[in-house]
Amino acid sequence: MKRKKEISYGLYFLGLVLLLYLVLYLLEPASIQKALRASGEVLVTIAPILVIIIGFMVLLNYFITPKTVSKYMGQGSGVKGWLLAITSGILSHGPIYIWYPLLQELREAGMRSGLVAAFLYNRAIKLPLLPLMIYYFGTMFVAVLLVYMVIVSVIEGKLIEFIES
Amino acid sequence: MKGGKERGGSQKTLAGSFAKALKSFSMSLPLLLGVILLLGLFRVFVTSAMISSVFTGAVVRDTVIGAVIGSVSAGNPIVSYIIGGELLAAKVSLFAVAAFIVAWVTVGVVQFPAEAAILGRRFATARNVLSFIFAIAVAILTVATVGVLT
Repeated sequence: MKRKKEISYGLYFLGLVLLLYLVLYLLEPASIQKALRASGEVLVTIAPILVIIIGFMVLLNYFITPKTVSKYMGQGSGVKGWLLAITSGILSHGPIYIWYPLLQELREAGMRSGLVAAFLYNRAIKLPLLPLMIYYFGTMFVAVLLVYMVIVSVIEGKLIEFIES
Repeated sequence: MKGGKERGGSQKTLAGSFAKALKSFSMSLPLLLGVILLLGLFRVFVTSAMISSVFTGAVVRDTVIGAVIGSVSAGNPIVSYIIGGELLAAKVSLFAVAAFIVAWVTVGVVQFPAEAAILGRRFATARNVLSFIFAIAVAILTVATVGVLT
């Protein structure tokens, strides 16, 4: 029932966005063509990552049981769970929204909400982009920022678990 | 119980796992496509000049403004670093720039519909509100700490 609601909402949302495109196209057709091209570029860029994510989901469904998820990322998983969420968030690649379906599956299998939040927060730490960040803001700034972000990700995760309980 | 063995059996095959993953992912597809299309609009209609023009020069207000603009912005974080660099060059405070780049990657107004629909409205709201608050806190702490250390 939840999934049916999700797909209905998704279709309504997509419909609204397409309507917005239509209205804006009537006002500024050249800009909308650029926007469509930009969206196409995003889609082409993330397509390989989407394939990888679907691959992760296949492996998850095949190898990982709810018992496993509960053990490592469920209630009582402790420090292990947090470290796993932080590390996997940092190592994950691509835009945040393509990870939502995988995280939903993990939550349904027993992953704690706090760890989902910590994963999403730590996605903000993009290792390949660190050199660029250092170029603009300096090594000290970046190092301190990253430490605070990891700490805050755990605090945020704990707060979300408190709110959701 | 009746369907349990069948269900367990179909998920134990790779084909079954693949079918389940594809089905699950395809349910999120309309939302993801909507977000990507919105990103396209954002790239075209929101320029760096527009972003730079909203800062006032008051540190506290600019820090909050930085977090707000970062929150409603979307796209590759590289763009936020470039804009952040330009803002610094334009003498916008480091507090504001730090809040901007942190909020850009941790808060997602554009992605919120997808996050709420897939992960739950309460979760998405709590996460984004907390991330917004923490973007300001992290910015203040980072700049203050760097100031002390250097």
